[in-house]
Amino acid sequence: MKPINQQTLRQKMMAYRRSPLSFVLFLLVSLSALFTMAVLLFLIVYILIKGLPHLTPELFAWEYNSENVSMLPSIINTIFMTLLSLLIAAPIGIFAAIYLVEYAKRGNKVVKVIRITAETLSGIPSIVYGLFGMLFFVIALGWGNSILSGAFTLAIMILPLIIRTTEEALQSVPDLYREASFGLGAGRLRTVFRVVLPSAVPGILAGIILAIGRIVGETAALIYTAGTVAEVPSSLFSSARTLSVHMYNLSQEGLYFNQAYATAVVLLLVVICINSLSNFIAKRITKG
Amino acid sequence: MHGVFFLAACVSILAVGLICLFLFINGIPAMSKIGLFDFLLGKSWKPSDNIYGILPMILGSVYVTAGALIIGVPIGILTAIFMARFCPSKLYKLLKPAIGLLAGIPSVVYGFFGLVVIVPMIRELFPDSKGTSMLAASLLLGMMVLPTIIEVSESAIRAVPNSYYEGGLALGASHERSVFFTVLPAAKSGILAGVILGIGRVIGETMAVIMVAGNQPRMPQGLLKGVRTLTSNIVMEMGYAADLHREALIATAVVLFVFILLINLLFSLIKGRGKE
Repeated sequence: MKPINQQTLRQKMMAYRRSPLSFVLFLLVSLSALFTMAVLLFLIVYILIKGLPHLTPELFAWEYNSENVSMLPSIINTIFMTLLSLLIAAPIGIFAAIYLVEYAKRGNKVVKVIRITAETLSGIPSIVYGLFGMLFFVIALGWGNSILSGAFTLAIMILPLIIRTTEEALQSVPDLYREASFGLGAGRLRTVFRVVLPSAVPGILAGIILAIGRIVGETAALIYTAGTVAEVPSSLFSSARTLSVHMYNLSQEGLYFNQAYATAVVLLLVVICINSLSNFIAKRITKG
Repeated sequence: MHGVFFLAACVSILAVGLICLFLFINGIPAMSKIGLFDFLLGKSWKPSDNIYGILPMILGSVYVTAGALIIGVPIGILTAIFMARFCPSKLYKLLKPAIGLLAGIPSVVYGFFGLVVIVPMIRELFPDSKGTSMLAASLLLGMMVLPTIIEVSESAIRAVPNSYYEGGLALGASHERSVFFTVLPAAKSGILAGVILGIGRVIGETMAVIMVAGNQPRMPQGLLKGVRTLTSNIVMEMGYAADLHREALIATAVVLFVFILLINLLFSLIKGRGKE
């Protein structure tokens, strides 16, 4: 027996014959979705095919020089840069979200301003961040082109992302938890740190992983703040290029296209890993 | 601890304040030295002769953005409709992360892809073009803006109460007609907000544009000729600029910043209206 709330393919075709417009619309949406998928697939497959053969062990040598444009120093710089930016942005962002969700009173004027500024920050283009970082950290504070300048610039850039995702994670913790904690005599602070935060960890983590993706992919904000020296840094004040900046330089110099392909492969793989990790964690939240 | 949380929350106010302060302090003097009208409406940018007019770059940004929207908006909205109302749930599990990935690919990788695929393609199709052109930039940015438009539009379409759709069906409309003529109009303001967010992304995009647009600092001369945008103007010349030239570049960033602030304002206005 066939359920009456389902159409067979033949019934569907008959319906389309009666209403050609519906068919056209159906075709349009399907083709668009197909196109979007095709763009993504083509990009990934093209870069993998062109890049994988050039991903030689020499590209992971310790030294960068004009004969061997090794990407290992840039990879190490990227890791440093990511850790340092997160070290600055994650506590501030998480605390800010705690204030907004757990402490702020409804209708508070300051809260409104905080939300507006956070939204503004998330819309500012990375080149404007880069220019600001150059004017403030590099010149006004005298840090020069350095990892520190770059990390602070990136920290401001990812701050709104961390605030927003943490806020969502905190809001999804049921009020029951808080009430139970208060009922047992815990204060507000203890409730936040012992009850609310632990159950919000997966959501916060998913946001931080997305932030890592932004940091790894960032170029424009770093060229004039962290500079382009391709060496393993000796201190926080030494200039260092990250992998994305490295790739930009390679493709602009025009001599190292094959190596640029290889770098693109590494960047793509990192981004794919980061995204799947973030999805995996997000999925566990919805299940749990 | 209350105070610590409050201070952390105020960091974003401090950041926006500092960004405004430093950009304006360093940018405004150049505007007054060059003359606001000469700066905004000047048709030539020749730092060697101390002529700084950014109209070519403003127009470049506007044209490239328009081109990207012509490609990205229809495809993005239609894909969002597919994902919200047509997609079988098995396919959705594949499609959703794919859109996330599209958003996560770094702009240098997009730029490089444009440089090695789109630019040679245009050179082949139009032999008198160098390939690096307004068309290349528009195509590439059209691709890059897709995830932004899709994500915002999809959630706008999903937010429409199901009774609208069912009402359409009950009146005898087909699934497609019901989605397009009852659900879609109800999601209009959310979709518009997505498009505006997309405009912000496109205007602010830097590295990908630099790699494919040609970057000639002259008035835009056609789809197949090179253009320079506001963002690429800053990155191209900041490395060696000094004195007034440098200040003029910072003033370019101020113009870009003001554009973005206006777009953000528009975005929150429309989003706020949609919620009512």
